[in-house]
Amino acid sequence: MALLQIAEPGQSTAPHEHRLAVGIDLGTTNSLVATVKSGMSVVLSDDQGRSLLPSVVQYGHDGTHEVGFNAQSRQAEDPKNTIVSVKRFMGRSLADIAHVETMPYDFIETEGMIKLRTAQGVKSPVEVSADILRVLRERAEAALGGTLTGAVVTVPAYFDDAQRQATKDAARLAGLNVLRLLNEPTAAAIAYGLDNSAEGVYAVYDLGGGTFDISILRLSKGIFEVLSTGGDSALGGDDFDQRVFCWIIERAELAPLSPSDARMLLTRAREAKEYLTGHGEAPITARLASGEYVDLQLTTEIFTEITRTLVQKTLAPVRKALRDAGLTVDEIKGVVMVGGATRMPQIQRAVGEFFGQQPLNNLDPDKVVALGAATQANLLAGNRAAGDDWLLLDVIPLSLGIETMGGLVEKIIPRNSTIPVARAQEFTTFRDGQTAMAVHVVQGERELVSDCRSLARFELRGIPPMVAGAARIRVTFQVDADGLLSVTARELTSGHEARVEVKPSYGLSDDEIASMLKAGISHASDDAFRRALREAQVEAQRLIEATRSALREDSALLNEKELADVEAAVARLQTVVIGDDRAAIDSAMAALNKATAELAARRMNQSVKRVLAGRKVEELGS
Amino acid sequence: MITISESAARHVSAFLAKRGKGIGVRLGVKTSGCSGMAYKLEFADSAEPEDHVFESRGLKVLVDPKSLPYLDGTELDFTREGLNEGFKFNNPNVKDACGCGESFNV
Repeated sequence: MALLQIAEPGQSTAPHEHRLAVGIDLGTTNSLVATVKSGMSVVLSDDQGRSLLPSVVQYGHDGTHEVGFNAQSRQAEDPKNTIVSVKRFMGRSLADIAHVETMPYDFIETEGMIKLRTAQGVKSPVEVSADILRVLRERAEAALGGTLTGAVVTVPAYFDDAQRQATKDAARLAGLNVLRLLNEPTAAAIAYGLDNSAEGVYAVYDLGGGTFDISILRLSKGIFEVLSTGGDSALGGDDFDQRVFCWIIERAELAPLSPSDARMLLTRAREAKEYLTGHGEAPITARLASGEYVDLQLTTEIFTEITRTLVQKTLAPVRKALRDAGLTVDEIKGVVMVGGATRMPQIQRAVGEFFGQQPLNNLDPDKVVALGAATQANLLAGNRAAGDDWLLLDVIPLSLGIETMGGLVEKIIPRNSTIPVARAQEFTTFRDGQTAMAVHVVQGERELVSDCRSLARFELRGIPPMVAGAARIRVTFQVDADGLLSVTARELTSGHEARVEVKPSYGLSDDEIASMLKAGISHASDDAFRRALREAQVEAQRLIEATRSALREDSALLNEKELADVEAAVARLQTVVIGDDRAAIDSAMAALNKATAELAARRMNQSVKRVLAGRKVEELGS
Repeated sequence: MITISESAARHVSAFLAKRGKGIGVRLGVKTSGCSGMAYKLEFADSAEPEDHVFESRGLKVLVDPKSLPYLDGTELDFTREGLNEGFKFNNPNVKDACGCGESFNV
């Protein structure tokens, strides 16, 4: 039976129409899912009460895979098939990734993004991330008792388009409807309700398990703008454990450790670190397999001392981010702490001293990003409370563009752009002496104007007569924070200008938007078909060229009939390649490949013979 | 008479405190859903003149007069079912409910 949550006055949804929305923090080390229940953002736990899901996937040889703690526990025994920190690979090529040689994975460089060879075949980082997201989706659906309407997934502020697209693809693959990708620092700021506070500049200090990020955000009119980001992708809480670990070895004068002793002491080091967050002194006791004893007291003073350089190391990127944003410390209105490692008192103190103010830390730093994402998801799913300002961080649901020659649409602002946004593009005249231009503003994902929604038409007059293509007309689309679109067309030599204002998102129901999107997607499959055809054509041309050059060199290897067969196959492929029947192209290519198989084999033999001529068998042994 | 169970009262108080405003909760029914009627559970910011107001465990429960006949005797409970937790209407008037429990018939 579905259980009820308390709704805002007048906002009770009809049965079976609850809009269940979640926020997901897809982290490098850990991932979380949160939702808004009865007006409160809460993190959802698994059936054992654990809220963090380690971002680890293990692909077993038996065809099953594990995600989270179970996967993590197999890391030591099966490192090659246990994918950790997959977020670092999202949307990246091999060249983008640092320290590839130290990773236990079998990477495959493919176009665009790397892939990993696992016991269950080749996996892209998108698929691995989708496996993590799927577990979170199932957790949320079990906890909320229904199918999710949508999810907000967070990404680091510095993620580029490829990384964001990869994250979105992973969410879709996991069966999630992505309401929006949200920057992690923005999510943290939202969790603290900063979006409702006064305008100003905020810093988000995010020290996770293995990464450090600093972001400087400006809040204006309820919208966060990322002014600058910085950080260190190889600095995190784990480094603090390492310092304590080294201190233990040094103080206890231990002999070189066995791997299992080292692992045990590292765990003790982490426990001591966590204990010191609430205590002044942490006992560290251990009995090693070597028979040695460890019995030490780690005090806050010692801990602070041995990790001082690490803390200082985080402040350098902070200074740089401030400099990049052109700001000084006293212009920062608030500092948000994110990531479990920010619980350490020396971090709190150092950040407080640096910014000259107490950082915001009353929310759980491990959960703050997911909580903010959940708040945003709840708003976007339409579960807002009366009086909430809901324009915060809105996006354009459908692309906006203008009609160009041949009834085609030129998209000027792509769908999902965050508002406010302004984009401009230059157009020109089509006929000699043309003095006016009709601007037809349309909305939609399709390529033809007739398939899109017409928003407005206006004319720009007074273009000085010129030859076709000489006039420069700049068309500017601007969508303000209220979702209001204004389109301006300006002839740049004469300065003549015309403009119109429209409200693009109004008058369109969710269903209409959905069906327009669907149409765009089915159109995409047409496009995909066309591209596949073009690819087949290109491949066929390449094959024809290759066969011809082989014949030029080695036609002597074939007898008359074989030669005639190959030539006939080439001729046939040439006749079908200009058509649009992909199956015919494929079969003609297959026929040509078959006809040339013997030629290829003989050419191979011939070149092997050339290489081996005059060498002894012994020389080939190695 | 409408009552609130102890665990429901605890959660309602916490949600009200977190929300920062509201005088209590409003219970009601509306016609829709797959079995005729559906429950309504909302925060209440103000009482209407015709509302029936009940006090239970220190909390105000508001019910509009049209809904009361369908709800009289109901206890608002808070339960956990697996990973899912939320409010539940223990309503003696219900003859049959739809499979999901969101709508019912009297």
